[in-house]
Amino acid sequence: MRTAFITLLSTMLGVGAAFAGDDGACAVAQNLVHADYALPQVASAIQEQHLEIAVVGTGSSTLGGFGGQAKAYPARLEAALAQKLPGVAVKILTYVKPRQTAADMAGEFDRILADAKPALIVWQTGTADAMRGVDPDEFKTALEEGVETLRAKHADILFVNMQYSPRTESVIAAGNYADVMRFVALQHEVLLFDRFAIMRHWSEMGTFDLFAATKNTDTAERVHDCLGRLLADLIVDAAKMTETAGKDAHQP
Amino acid sequence: MVVNRVLSIRATVARGAVSILAQVPSMLRTLPQLAEPRALAVAVPTERDLRLDLFRGLALWLIFLDHIPSNIVSWITIRNYGFSDATEIFVFISGYTAAFVYGRAMRERGVVVASARVLKRAWQVYVAHIFLFTIYMAEISYISSSFDNPLYGEEMGIFEFLRQPDVTMVQALLLKFKPANMDILPLYITLLAAFPPYLWLLLRQPTLALAGSVAVYVLSRQFDWNLPAYPSGEWTFNPFAWQLLFGFGAWCGLGGAERIGSFMRSRVVVSAAVAYVLFSFLIVMTWYFPHYSHYVPQWLADAMYPIDKTNLDVLRFMHFLALAALTVRYIPRDWPGLKNYLFRPAILCGQHSLEIFCLGVFLAFAAHFVLVEVSDGLLMQVAVSAFGVAAMIATAALITWYKRVEGRHPGSRPPHADLAGGDA
Repeated sequence: MRTAFITLLSTMLGVGAAFAGDDGACAVAQNLVHADYALPQVASAIQEQHLEIAVVGTGSSTLGGFGGQAKAYPARLEAALAQKLPGVAVKILTYVKPRQTAADMAGEFDRILADAKPALIVWQTGTADAMRGVDPDEFKTALEEGVETLRAKHADILFVNMQYSPRTESVIAAGNYADVMRFVALQHEVLLFDRFAIMRHWSEMGTFDLFAATKNTDTAERVHDCLGRLLADLIVDAAKMTETAGKDAHQP
Repeated sequence: MVVNRVLSIRATVARGAVSILAQVPSMLRTLPQLAEPRALAVAVPTERDLRLDLFRGLALWLIFLDHIPSNIVSWITIRNYGFSDATEIFVFISGYTAAFVYGRAMRERGVVVASARVLKRAWQVYVAHIFLFTIYMAEISYISSSFDNPLYGEEMGIFEFLRQPDVTMVQALLLKFKPANMDILPLYITLLAAFPPYLWLLLRQPTLALAGSVAVYVLSRQFDWNLPAYPSGEWTFNPFAWQLLFGFGAWCGLGGAERIGSFMRSRVVVSAAVAYVLFSFLIVMTWYFPHYSHYVPQWLADAMYPIDKTNLDVLRFMHFLALAALTVRYIPRDWPGLKNYLFRPAILCGQHSLEIFCLGVFLAFAAHFVLVEVSDGLLMQVAVSAFGVAAMIATAALITWYKRVEGRHPGSRPPHADLAGGDA
C-alpha cells in the first residue's frame, strides 16, 4: 500500500522515474530500482571484460527442487548480465546458506574474499534476522561491520533485502528490518535492491499472485527471473554512472 | 494425648491468627488517613475530559488499521506523517486516565484498596493478552498447515515454533514470547503492575515522581535496560523507556495538565510545535521518496537515525508533545464540538479502551486472514477496515448500554456473583 502511495504521489509530483524496461511483467517495478550510487569496481571489471560477482545469501536466494539453483535469481542475473554485456565474461559465485543472520554472514566475508576476487558482493540478508527477532540495533551493527569489511577489500556492495511475503506478514515483522537496511544503505552509500518493495508492488499490481498456496514452481521461477533481470539493470546502470560521473559519484 | 495437645496448640494459634486478621481492616483504614491531609492538596478536575476519550478512541482505530498488514487505509494513520504514532497517544492517555481513576480511589479508599484495584486491572489485561494469544495461535496453526509455496521456503521456517508448544506456551505466559502486534498489552501490564508506588508518590510529591520517571527513562537508555524476550532479543516496547509517557500522562492527569496548561498554550510553544511537526513531516516524506533523502544533511541524518521505537526515541516523544500542545491549544476542554454526535463513536470506543483494544487486535488478525484467504483487492482492504471500525463502535455502544442498564438497577445484578462463579 505504501508503494502504491509512493507511486501515486510521485506521479503527481512528476518525479516518477522513466519506465525503461521492456520485459513486460518485470518492468512494472522498474521505477523502484534506482542506481543511487556508482559501482566503480564493476565498471572497471566490465572494461576488462571479466566480471565476477558473489551472491551471499540465505534460503530466499535459491529455489528448492530439481534444477532449482539454475532458476533462482543469481543464475538469472548471470544470464541477464551476459545478454546485456556482450563480450564480457560474466560469472556468478553463490554462497547460500539457510538461516544465516547478517552477523553470521558478515563473519564469512573474509573467507569468501580469500577464495575469490569478485568485483561485487550481492548481500542478500534480513530474513533470518526478522524471523529470529534479532535486535534491530544489532542487525544494523552487523550490516555496518559487513560493509566495512567489504570496503576494506575493495569490493563493491549491493544490498538485497527480504522478500515480500504477504502470508507470513503477521508473523514476521519484516518491515522494520527492511527499514534498517534502507537507512544503512543511505548512510553508508551502499546500493540497495529493494526486493521487498518491488515484490509488494508486483503483488499490489496483480503482476504475480504471491498469496497462492501451491506446490507449482511456475510463479516462483518467474519471480526469480524478474528479480535477476532487474538486478542486472541496476548493476549495469550503476556501472555506467561510474563511467560518466567519475569514481566518487553519488548523485541522486 | 499428644494429638489432643497438638490440636489445642493449633486452636490457640488459629485464634491468635483470627484476632490479628480481624484487626487488619482497621489497620488498613488508618493507612489512608495518615496520608489524607497532603493528598487533598492536589486539585484535580472531577469531570471526565472527553478529549481523552476521543483521542484514545481514534488511537485505537489507528492501531487497528496499522495492524492490518498491506492495508491501503493505513495511509491515513499518523505514523505516515510524523515520527510518533498512535501508540504514544494510547500509552499517554492510559497513564492519564489510570492516574485520574486510581488517584481518586487512593485518596478516597486508601493505598491498599487502590493498589489492589490497579493490580486487578493488570490481571484483567494479562488474561485478555493470553486470550488474544490463543486466537493468534489458532490462526498461525491454520496458516502453517494450509500454506505451501516454493517461493517462501525460507519464510515458512517461522512456523518451527509450533513444533515445540511446551516451550512456546510457557514463554508466552511469562510474557517473553510475544508475536507480532501483541507487544502493547504486555507493556500495559508491566506499567500497571508498577503503577501503585508511582501513584502513591505522585499524590504526595508530583514533581519528584515525574523526575523519577524521567530518570528511569534516561538511565534505561544509558545502560540499555530492557526485559528479555523469547526466542531472542528484548521487548519491542521497552517498559523502562515507555513508562515515561505513561508516567507523564499520570502526572498530567493529577493536576500537571493544569500546571503547564498556560505554558503549553503559549505562542512560543505553539510555534515550536508547528515547526517541529512540519520538520518531522518533511523528514518522513524523504522515507517515501528516497530521491529527496539527499537533501537531508549528513550531520542531521547521523544525529537522527535510527529513530528508535523500542526505546521511545526522544524525537518521537517530542513529536507526541508537539501534537499534544497543538491539541490543547486548538481543542479546549469545553469545546462544544466534543458533544457533537459525529465524535460520539470515537468517544465511546475510547471509554472502553481495554475491550476495544483487544477486539481491534483480534479484528486485525481476522482482517488479515480475510485478505489472505479471500481477496486482497483494494475494495476488500477498505471493506475490512470499515467493517472493523464499525465492529469496534458497535461493541463499545453495547458495553456502554450494558453498563448503563446494570448501573441503573443495582438490584438487577445477581446478588452473589461469586456464588455463580462470576465477578462481583
